[in-house]
Amino acid sequence: MIKKNTPKERRIILKHADDPKYSNRIDCYLREGGYAMLKKSLKMKPEEIGEEVLQSGVRGRGGAGFPAGMKWKFLDRKSGKPIYLICNADESEPGTFKDRQIIHKDPHQLIEGMMIAAYAIQAKQAFIYIRAEFFEGAKILERAIEEAKEKGFCGEKILGSKYSCDLVVHRGAGAYICGEETGLIESLEGKRPNPRIKPPYFPAVLGLYQCPTIVNNVETLCNVKHVLEIGGKAFSEIGKPNNTGTRIWCVSGHVKKPGYYEFECGALTLGEMIYDVCGGLLPGRSLQAVIPGGSSSKILRADERFSGKLKDGTEFDWGVEDIPLDFDGPMAAGTMSGSGGIIVMDDSVDMVEAMANINAFYAHESCGQCTPCREGSLWMRKITKRMCDGGAREEDADLLLSVANQIEGRTICAFGEAAAWPTQSFIAKFRDHFEDKAKNPERKKSSLQLI
Amino acid sequence: MNLSADTIQEIDQIIPKYPEKRSAALMVIHLIQDEIGAIDLEACEWIAQKLEVQPINIQELITFYPMLREKPWGKKHLRVCRTLPCALRGSYATCQSLEKKLGVKEGHVSDNGEYSLEFMECLADCGEGPVVMVDEQTYENVDAEKAVLLADLLLKGKLDSSKKFVSYEQALVSESKTKASVKSKSSKK
Ligand SMILES: Cc1cc2nc3c(=O)[nH]c(=O)nc-3n(C[C@H](O)[C@H](O)[C@H](O)COP(=O)(O)O)c2cc1C
Ligand code: SF4
Ligand code: FES
Repeated sequence: MIKKNTPKERRIILKHADDPKYSNRIDCYLREGGYAMLKKSLKMKPEEIGEEVLQSGVRGRGGAGFPAGMKWKFLDRKSGKPIYLICNADESEPGTFKDRQIIHKDPHQLIEGMMIAAYAIQAKQAFIYIRAEFFEGAKILERAIEEAKEKGFCGEKILGSKYSCDLVVHRGAGAYICGEETGLIESLEGKRPNPRIKPPYFPAVLGLYQCPTIVNNVETLCNVKHVLEIGGKAFSEIGKPNNTGTRIWCVSGHVKKPGYYEFECGALTLGEMIYDVCGGLLPGRSLQAVIPGGSSSKILRADERFSGKLKDGTEFDWGVEDIPLDFDGPMAAGTMSGSGGIIVMDDSVDMVEAMANINAFYAHESCGQCTPCREGSLWMRKITKRMCDGGAREEDADLLLSVANQIEGRTICAFGEAAAWPTQSFIAKFRDHFEDKAKNPERKKSSLQLI
Repeated sequence: MNLSADTIQEIDQIIPKYPEKRSAALMVIHLIQDEIGAIDLEACEWIAQKLEVQPINIQELITFYPMLREKPWGKKHLRVCRTLPCALRGSYATCQSLEKKLGVKEGHVSDNGEYSLEFMECLADCGEGPVVMVDEQTYENVDAEKAVLLADLLLKGKLDSSKKFVSYEQALVSESKTKASVKSKSSKK
């Protein structure tokens, strides 16, 4: 048998994260050349930085994959209102644990990226909205900001220039919906985090305090520093066209070596990730399903095939294992790379239990503003829980599907889709499991309890 | 409500960091909840006055956000991650282990007020599940069996000094400590 080479990681964002000689203190960051890019950018015109970021093609790492440079262009600069920058460090999409690594192990990289971004958009003030479960993470960031202030990297008259921008750490309080950018903004205003209707509340126009606001993910803002370091054009050559730079993939569930791995976009396939990088499945198990981009993304069944034409015209015919890990690959397979959280499930999993677990999450986290989302997510939890408790009925699959279909597209924010897509895709791909449940309602001894 | 001078000082430092006072709500609530364990009506009124809003504007936050409390948790609060990646690695069994060992039901406080246990949604450490937090410390790969050991150490008051259970947060510090000692050794040369 020919032994395949394990694909090689390319660590840009996580370069120092697990380096035994590296710590999260500023002296360490400075020793590695930290804050040199901030110095360089303060000598550039803000628009020039925006152009570099646009040219780099860097897409948002928070879930939607929207090009960062383009988002910055949408900023309303004419109103004359102050501009705000917010770093989304809520990291709450199940299966995602990349921002945690950056915040705890290399906080200055984030601060430098943020201060460059803040200068580029001419923000008056910047915030890091961090989930409250990261107790230590918030303390690390606060200390890092103090260190950066002492050296003049943020606060008043940064590095002796005319530009001033304060950076404030703001803690959430355990609600997933605070990851949604307009929910986050409401939360930062001291209110319940009810997402706002878009339009008109696109943050770049009407954000924090009704002022133009940019919300970017932790990993996206770190990338800004690297775009400046190598130049927008060179950055756009890392990865693939439309899928530039590296991505941090978080693998969890039934693999031998779960963890976070940084690769150039498109450098490897889902199969290579599972079998070569993560050491494959546990002994005696086989692959049943993969959720490729956080729990909100549509599930993939191990024996599915996908064919069609990519945007650039090339035809593809993929099995699940052939899907390239970038933004467009999972999209072509009818799902999404979302937040980069890959959840692997082997043949020991009862898919109805897995569905019930996911439904319990969305039922718990709906903000409750929209009736279809609030009621629908509760019903989906209730039905799947009943199915797992021995009360499955033949018509449950259709019932679940009809509830999910009545949520999608009928809500204020994309949480509605995030709650509906799992159910829709589970039923489409594992309908047999849901129908079997009515025939064999007892929980199998061999399967793990997931609800 | 008797708040320590330190907490009041911190509150007074935090509020002016925001362009609008109301924005400081969550941060002020955290500070007070950390000190007195929960935000009761009196605390709500105090915060509301401080931030120049109505008490309901504070109460609606306490009742919405999962980590804000009207009644305190136990002296030691344990959080177990319930969400799929952790569940796939046995977090339901972990939670049941802890319930049994600590004599407290999930979502409740033990009769003596010492312990409380809570199922949480994803704690963003899914690669090392099941994840259990004891107050502010995060313990990884705590399966049902390890949960028994962890609870044992906790009951004996020896969890913090245990070498068997080093939290994610402790590992960060001890790593940089060994790094520092490596550094000072090499600088002596
Ligand atoms: C329900 C929901 C939850 C979200 N959670 C997060 C999150 O935890 N972290 C994050 O960065 N983005 C999250 N997002 C995406 C944000 O709304 C926003 O698109 C993102 O922060 C923008 O940053 P980016 O362009 O750098 O990706 C979430 C979106 C939705 C609809
Ligand atoms: S879709 Fe759900 S989470 Fe989003 S605003 Fe409506 S009720 Fe809230
Ligand atoms: S599912 Fe437990 S930490 Fe994410």
